[in-house]
Amino acid sequence: MAKQFMKGTEAIAEAAVRGGCRFFAGYPITPQNEIPEYMSRRLPEVGGVFVQGESEVSSVSMLFGAAAVGTRCMTSSSSPGMSLKSEGVSALAAGQLPAVIVNVSRGGPGVGSIQAAQMDYFQVTRAMGHGGHRLIVYAPSTVQEAVDLTYKAFEKADEYQAPMLVCPDGSIGAMMEAVELPPFRDAERKRLTTYASQCINPDKLIISTFHYTAEHSEGFNRLLEEMYEGWKQNEVMVEEYETEDAEVVVCAYGIVGRVAKDAVKQLRAEGIKAGLIRPITLFPFCTKSFEKLDYGKLKGILVAELSIPAQMIEDVELATKGRVPLESLTHSGGRFIITEEVYDRLKAMALGNTKEVK
Amino acid sequence: MINRSVVAGFGGQGVMMIGKMLCYASLDHGKHALFLPSYGTEQRGGTANCTVILSDEEIGSPMTAHIDTLIAMNEPSLKKFQGMVKPGGTVYINSSLVKPEDVREDVVCTAIPVDDLAHELGSTKVANIIMLSAYAAGTGMFTKEEVTETVLHKLASKPQFLEMNRKAVETGFEHAK
Repeated sequence: MAKQFMKGTEAIAEAAVRGGCRFFAGYPITPQNEIPEYMSRRLPEVGGVFVQGESEVSSVSMLFGAAAVGTRCMTSSSSPGMSLKSEGVSALAAGQLPAVIVNVSRGGPGVGSIQAAQMDYFQVTRAMGHGGHRLIVYAPSTVQEAVDLTYKAFEKADEYQAPMLVCPDGSIGAMMEAVELPPFRDAERKRLTTYASQCINPDKLIISTFHYTAEHSEGFNRLLEEMYEGWKQNEVMVEEYETEDAEVVVCAYGIVGRVAKDAVKQLRAEGIKAGLIRPITLFPFCTKSFEKLDYGKLKGILVAELSIPAQMIEDVELATKGRVPLESLTHSGGRFIITEEVYDRLKAMALGNTKEVK
Repeated sequence: MINRSVVAGFGGQGVMMIGKMLCYASLDHGKHALFLPSYGTEQRGGTANCTVILSDEEIGSPMTAHIDTLIAMNEPSLKKFQGMVKPGGTVYINSSLVKPEDVREDVVCTAIPVDDLAHELGSTKVANIIMLSAYAAGTGMFTKEEVTETVLHKLASKPQFLEMNRKAVETGFEHAK
């Protein structure tokens, strides 16, 4: 099939439909409105249902029902809206229900800014909602990757019976690029199996977000813990570029990862040993990529993100355990990190003109 | 070859259409393209703009300090963006509204009165088609036939304007020389 020139948000919506999504509920917020707009037109064409909820909370709660009866489902929002949806996402995790959540992220805190930013890192990687549940968080850096990761998120949601998060920033959502769309999946989904059924009546499908006994409650938490540990082993996605012999490394995700890669290419062309670690899943984090670095040669790592204060740098600290100085490059609120800034900072680091941050 | 451009003008001048049409022409003819609109709290009478990157190879970073080309459809756009143009780069201006003497001296200025030319063709709405055709001719990225093919294909739903758009492409190519 020929490539199509699509906007990030619309490409995500089409990828969801092809991934088997047949129910979408959402509430408008910039910069993701093209997703519900596209779905309102597209889902009826494939026998699906679109609902504009009266709020973010009701929209995500509708996913609970749709997922429970075996329908692949999605909701989308942007940062302030994600805070409102967090209760429902926690409920989906507790109910062991597959669903895909899309956060086309913008500036914060609060209403923040309608411009693109990456300021939801802590929220999406640590605790989208209460109760210590986790999500696999996919952070695309191109429109094609947004398509591929959305499609994959539906597969993983089914596989793990858990909510998955696709987290492009607003610029990936607004950008148009040529994409190859994936084939249509069968919209039929396998029957759910739940811990609540096991505890109460294995012959019936029981979906519950509550466990009566301490034993069952802890048992369920252990089950989730095991799943999350499994993700750390099996679901990490990362792009490692020219890191084997790197003396300076930039760690950046999403749009910034793409910006940083050009800087690394320019430095390599000049003979400076620069490398890039681009987390594609923000959780589980690519800790092992940092184990593979040659700390005998490495002079420093620059963590570049569209967030003030920096957030991902804490995961890099955990991964590097003080073995190398870290520097931070940040912008937010619609100001972008540009290639030249990454280039200048890495070059200064390589030449030893570096100041340690923290 | 890679060409990084900003296209800017008043809302309603068809600025986004210029950007998208150039991308479509790229994809129709085997090149890579990236279109990034600026959205936000734009004011009436201010500038709407988009970044357009056309390249023979896969496109990496869309965010860089400098651009090769600026298409300024009005005066505020020239003021806002001409500082980004590399020395020796090109600035296309709509000289129906923008004075060529306001353009930096270290860049190549291509001044085309697209509003007036479009008016002569029958509608100021084709000013953007004239401008994108001039850009295509000036950069040498597309032939007149290639631009005509893409423009007429994309605007096929409005057959009553096909002839005017065809003439607009020709006008743009003539004035770029």
